[in-house]
Amino acid sequence: MERYSSGQDIETAMTMTTRTLHLPDASVIKSAGDPIVLVDNIVHDYGERRALNGISFSIDDAELFGLLGPNGSGKTTLFRILTTLMLPTSGRALIAGADPVTNPNLVRRSIGIVYQAKSVDIKLTVRENLKHQGHLYGLWGASLNRRIDEMLERVRLLDRANELVEKLSGGMQRRVEVAKGLLHHPRVLLLDEPTTGLDPGARRDLWQYLSELRDQEGVTVVATTHLMEEAERCDRLAIMSSGNLVALGTPNELRAEIGADIVELEAVSDAEGLAERIRGRFHVATQVLNNKVRFEQDEAHRFIPPLMESFPGEINSVMVSKPSLEDVFIRRTGHRFWNEVGEQGGTNGKHGR
Amino acid sequence: MASTVANPTVRIGRARQPQSSVLWSAAYTLWQRELVRFYRQKSRVVGVIASPLLFWIVIGSGFGRSFNAGAGAASESYLHYFFPGALVMIVLFTSIFSMMSLIQDRNEGFLLSVLPAPVNRAAIVLGKVLGGTTLAAVQGLIFLVFCPMIGVHLTLAGFGIAVASTLLTAFALTSLGFAIAWKMDSAQAFHAIINLFLLPLWLLSGALFPVSSASGWLRAIMLINPLTYGMDALRTGLYPEARSMAQFGPGLSLLILAGFSLLVFIAALVAVAKRSTRPAA
Repeated sequence: MERYSSGQDIETAMTMTTRTLHLPDASVIKSAGDPIVLVDNIVHDYGERRALNGISFSIDDAELFGLLGPNGSGKTTLFRILTTLMLPTSGRALIAGADPVTNPNLVRRSIGIVYQAKSVDIKLTVRENLKHQGHLYGLWGASLNRRIDEMLERVRLLDRANELVEKLSGGMQRRVEVAKGLLHHPRVLLLDEPTTGLDPGARRDLWQYLSELRDQEGVTVVATTHLMEEAERCDRLAIMSSGNLVALGTPNELRAEIGADIVELEAVSDAEGLAERIRGRFHVATQVLNNKVRFEQDEAHRFIPPLMESFPGEINSVMVSKPSLEDVFIRRTGHRFWNEVGEQGGTNGKHGR
Repeated sequence: MASTVANPTVRIGRARQPQSSVLWSAAYTLWQRELVRFYRQKSRVVGVIASPLLFWIVIGSGFGRSFNAGAGAASESYLHYFFPGALVMIVLFTSIFSMMSLIQDRNEGFLLSVLPAPVNRAAIVLGKVLGGTTLAAVQGLIFLVFCPMIGVHLTLAGFGIAVASTLLTAFALTSLGFAIAWKMDSAQAFHAIINLFLLPLWLLSGALFPVSSASGWLRAIMLINPLTYGMDALRTGLYPEARSMAQFGPGLSLLILAGFSLLVFIAALVAVAKRSTRPAA
């Protein structure tokens, strides 16, 4: 509920929040080393089904942070909680020092949001949409107009400002969404699968822009994605699976923990049997995923010739690769990225409601 | 405390207007959007004014001969009697259709822009409801240009009462529509409610026949129907000389209607302000 009274200074409001929350040090609201986003043991249930199973992590100021996970891993659920659209079943979050549960309006001032689904009014022009957005955030008049021009310039839509949004291409509509999310100078920008429906070029552009935002304006960017190549562009990543946090770190750190190469074999007939025998003979921890035998091995190139000689005629193909983020996911969860049963239904669907 | 420069949140917070003006600025912007959207859909504008006109002429002329508006008003034609009913019908239709846009807002995602905005939830309900109210009342009042056709020449006081009752009726119906539509995600479900609940509300408001001519349970239903009072006040405004057509004083009627409006508005506000562990949009 909106609780702070009219005219109240935001600093006072923030101090009050911290007091009621009994944070360790109520006199310091947000000093340099504190995380700007804190997620503390958040649990969420949709009826009987558990969507988030006690997630904790923190995000530093001006970080480009990725939430990577397949559909149904709980990313969107967490996104809804952080954007104040839903209360968590238990646990706590803090964004720029404010709790989305007890002080949603303070959180709402600090965050900008870009949804996976459309949130603009397609029957209005680009400029009208941004104007309404500005008014909703208390921006008005000439300064709002200047800001709208500035944002449209940045997303290169200034020449289309007076067109109805429905007349724009999908990529341009996405750019309107981004301009809208950033209009009120948010400190934290939250994006839920922002590149849904974009072609690869537009995808790269958007991620390029997110990096610029972080570098030039110090905006903290939190983006959910199910795409490995997008996750690679993040400073740090939280990998989620079935409502659990399975890994946390920079992409390099995460890959480095595997260390070895990844070997994948396609068996001629019996993958399980082959895996069993490779394990017995070479003492490696084999796994069968999607009918392929898979294991991690140092200096795999030396390992392949004796392997092939040991099982003549049983192996169709061999693939050796450096570990990817998907390999990190497999190592932590024991299954492939896309094996999970979708919580939200379709792969490219809008948010569930 | 971090310095102002190092803390953008604080900097922006200072640049902001006080919370109360943000409420009005947000309500204003949502109100304006309702109007812009409505007038961009020309067929909506035509439909909402043309259909009650058609109803008025067809039903009014057709029933005319078999209808007796009650003692003392027998000389009045049915077109005469039905005129305020047709006006309220315009108001009802416009209110309903504008609140159906709430379901559209939910499905098309616009609510996703509004709900996480740092504004009091009252601003959201107020902007949306006042938007619908304005549209409905303006459409209804435009219908008054047909007054001379039935020989009604409005006095200033009569016009005042007509405006007040039209505005209040529009506000009550739009708030009611908002409260009903808020939790809905399909226009079909809303249509069912319209047929089952909102149209009967109009039918039993004295639009087609006066409360005095109804008997027993029908009369009881009409008396608890808040729309009856809006209709009655409007009738008093249009026909100040024909007291017998109205059942209650305009003051009391408007008060009852205002009380009802306030209740449904609060109900709508409570529904919007409620946060839960289920997604809000």
